[in-house]
Amino acid sequence: MRRILSVLMENEPGALSRLVGVFSQRGYNVDSLSVAPTDDKSLSRLTIVTEADDKVIEQITKQVNKLIDVLKVSDLSDGVHIERELMLIKVATRSESIRAEIKRNVDIFRAQVVDVDAHNYTIQITGTSDKLDAFAYTLGQSTEIIEVSRSGVCGLARGEKALRP
Amino acid sequence: MEMMSGAAMVVRALKDAGVKHVFGYPGGSVLDIYDALYVQDDVEHILVRHEQAAAHMADGYARATGETGTVLVTSGPGATNTITGIATAYMDSIPLVVLSGQVPTMHIGEDAFQETDMIGCSRPIVKHSFLVKRAVDIPGAIAKAYHIANTGRPGPVVVDLPKDIVNPQESHPYEFPSSVELRSYNPTLKGHNKQVKKAIEVIKAAKRPVMYVGGGAVACEATDSVTKLAETLGCPVTSTLMGLGAFSGVHQQSVGMLGMHGTFEANKTMHNADCIIALGARFDDRVTNNVAKFCPNATIVHVDIDPTSISKTVAAHIPVVGSIDRVLEQFFEKLEDFDTEAQAERLADWWQEINQWRAKKCLEYKTSDTQIKPQEVVQSLYKHTGGDAYITSDVGQHQMFAALYYPFSKPRRWINSGGAGTMGFGFPAAMGVQMAHPEAVVACVTGDGSIQMNIQELATCLQYNIPVKIISINNRALGMVRQWQDMIYKGRHSHSYMDSLPDFVKLAEAYGHIGIRVDKPEELDDAMKRCFAEKDRLVFMDIRVDQNEHVYPMQIKYGAMDDMRLSKTERT
Repeated sequence: MRRILSVLMENEPGALSRLVGVFSQRGYNVDSLSVAPTDDKSLSRLTIVTEADDKVIEQITKQVNKLIDVLKVSDLSDGVHIERELMLIKVATRSESIRAEIKRNVDIFRAQVVDVDAHNYTIQITGTSDKLDAFAYTLGQSTEIIEVSRSGVCGLARGEKALRP
Repeated sequence: MEMMSGAAMVVRALKDAGVKHVFGYPGGSVLDIYDALYVQDDVEHILVRHEQAAAHMADGYARATGETGTVLVTSGPGATNTITGIATAYMDSIPLVVLSGQVPTMHIGEDAFQETDMIGCSRPIVKHSFLVKRAVDIPGAIAKAYHIANTGRPGPVVVDLPKDIVNPQESHPYEFPSSVELRSYNPTLKGHNKQVKKAIEVIKAAKRPVMYVGGGAVACEATDSVTKLAETLGCPVTSTLMGLGAFSGVHQQSVGMLGMHGTFEANKTMHNADCIIALGARFDDRVTNNVAKFCPNATIVHVDIDPTSISKTVAAHIPVVGSIDRVLEQFFEKLEDFDTEAQAERLADWWQEINQWRAKKCLEYKTSDTQIKPQEVVQSLYKHTGGDAYITSDVGQHQMFAALYYPFSKPRRWINSGGAGTMGFGFPAAMGVQMAHPEAVVACVTGDGSIQMNIQELATCLQYNIPVKIISINNRALGMVRQWQDMIYKGRHSHSYMDSLPDFVKLAEAYGHIGIRVDKPEELDDAMKRCFAEKDRLVFMDIRVDQNEHVYPMQIKYGAMDDMRLSKTERT
C-alpha cells in the first residue's frame, strides 16, 4: 500500500543521510523523497512516499522516530490530506500539428509552458502523482518526451492537524 | 570564561563528563589530543595494541559498571578498526563514546592521507554521531555524546574531530554545559497508564505465566524490581543470553536461559505459557526459532524502552513503552492487594508441569576418564570462583557452555557479545572489566579460535598489570562451526579445524605471563586452583578438551520454541 510519511527533523548536516540510511539498511522502499527547510530554518521537513503494509509502516515510523535528529513523524495517508508534486517535462515540437496537440493537452491538464525553443517546449505541471503520470503518458502519445524532472511528493494534512515542533 | 586549545578542551570535556579511563591508540590526527593527555592526571589512558580491542575494552568497562566507555583513535584505519567494536556495542545496547581523529576540515573530501568518512562508515551502527567543525563546539558535542549514549536505550556515539579544530596554537572559550536538552530526543520512561492497567489484568488472570527477561533489565538496573515481580507472581523466569544475572540463575523460580541453546525447561515453559511478560528483551531469531510457531497460546505483554523493539518480529498484544524499573513500579502499585496465596494455588499445576521438564536434567553430560569435557571446565571455573566472578566470553561453543553451566546470581557479571556474535571480544572485554574493578576476579572463557582474534592484547596486560584469567577451552577446532557441520553438512569440516595452533603456554610466557596446559581430567581441578591463586598475574589456561562434544539442547531449525535436539541421538 502506498504511504506518505511526513517528517520534521533538525536541519543539520548528516541528518538526511541518517534518515535515508534507515530505509536502505532495513530494506524499506523509497518511491520519492522531497526535503527543504521550513519557515523555521533550524528545521527541515521531508516527505517520503513508500510502499508498505501496516506492519512495515509501523516499523518504518518507529525507526525514523528513533533517529536523534527527528522531532515528529506522521503518516499523511492515515487521514485526509493534500498532496502535490511538481513536474518539468521537455517535449519535442516537430510540427505545427504536434505543437497544437501539446498546447491543447497543456490546457486540459492546467499545465503551463514555461520555456519555448525552436524544437521543444518545457512544460510545468503540479498535481497528484497520478495526474502527473497521466499527463506524461498523454504527451508521450503525440510526441517524443526528451526529459523529465519530478520533485517528489510534498503534502499536508487537511484541517487543524499540523506537524509542529 | 576559561580559554584553552581545542585539544585541551577534548581532554577537559572528558573529565567534566566524568570519564576516568580512555582506551585508545595515537596517530597523526590525534597527536594534539594525546599531547593534551600527557600533561594531566585526571583521565587515565590505556594504550592498546589494536583499535578493535580498545572498543571492546571500553565496552567491557561499560557492561561491568553501567558507565559509558570511552575510545580515542586516530583517523582512517584507526577509526575503521573500531567498527566491529562499535557494531558489537550497538547490537547489545552498550553506552560507548568513540572519539576519532579526522583530517583537517579544509582537506575533508580530498582523499587526504588517513582520511575515511568515519561518520558515514559508522552511520548504521551508532545511536548518533557528531562531526565537530569548530573548536567552541567541542564541549557541547562531547556532553551531548555522553548524554545520548547513556540515556534511553543506550548505544555507541561517534565524535569525529578534525585536526585543525584541536590546534594547540589557538585558544577558545571553554564552557561545559551543566545539563543537556535536545528537543528531538526525549526517551519515554514511564509506561502509559492504560497499557499498564491492561497488562496487569492479563497478568492477574494468567494460569501459566512466564517472565522473559532480557538485557534491558541489566541496562536499567532493574534486578530488584524484576525479582520482586517474580516473587509476587510466583511464576517461572527465563533469561535471554543478554539478561543472565538480571534475575538470579540460582533462584528457585529460574528455569535458565531460553532460545537456540536454551534449557529444555525454559523453552518448554515458554512454548506452553498462556502469558509471556517480556521485560527488556527483543524476541530475536536466536530466541524465537520459527516465529510462525512461536508460543501459540500466549498473550504477550512486552515492556521495552525502545518502541522499535516492540512488535518487530513477534506482535505484542499489550505493548508498554518505558524503562523496566519505572514500569514495574507502576505494576506494583496495581498489585498491592494481590493475593499471593491464591496465586500459588492457581499456578500449582503449572509448576508441576515445569518440574517434570526440569526432571529431564537436560544439562547432564557424560564425563570421560581420558578427555576433559568443556562443560567440566566451566563447572570447575564456577567452583574455583565461588560463582562470583566477572565472566566474559568470546563466541562459539565455549560461550554457550559458559552461559549454561555458570549460573549468574548478579547482573553485569556475564559479559558477552550476544547480538553481534563477535569473536575476539572476550579477552579485551575482560581487560576493560578489570580496569573498572581492579580487585575483582575476572575470567575470560574463550576458545582456540576466538582468543587468536585479539591475542596481541597480552602485551597491554603486561604493561598495565591487568591480571585477568584466560580460560581457553582448546578443542583444536572452530567448535560451533564444526558442530553445525556435523549436524547439517554430514561431518564435512570445511575450514573449521586449526592445524597450526601455537604453543599457548610458551606464547603466554613470551608476553611475560603464566601459561598452564591441562590435558587430563584429573589435573583440571588443581590447575584451576593454581590459576586463581595467582591473584596478581595474568594466567593463560590452555585446556585441551574433547573435540567432538556438542552443545545441547539445541533448537531445531524452522521448528517451534520447544523443538529441540537434546543430544546427538535424542530429540523432542
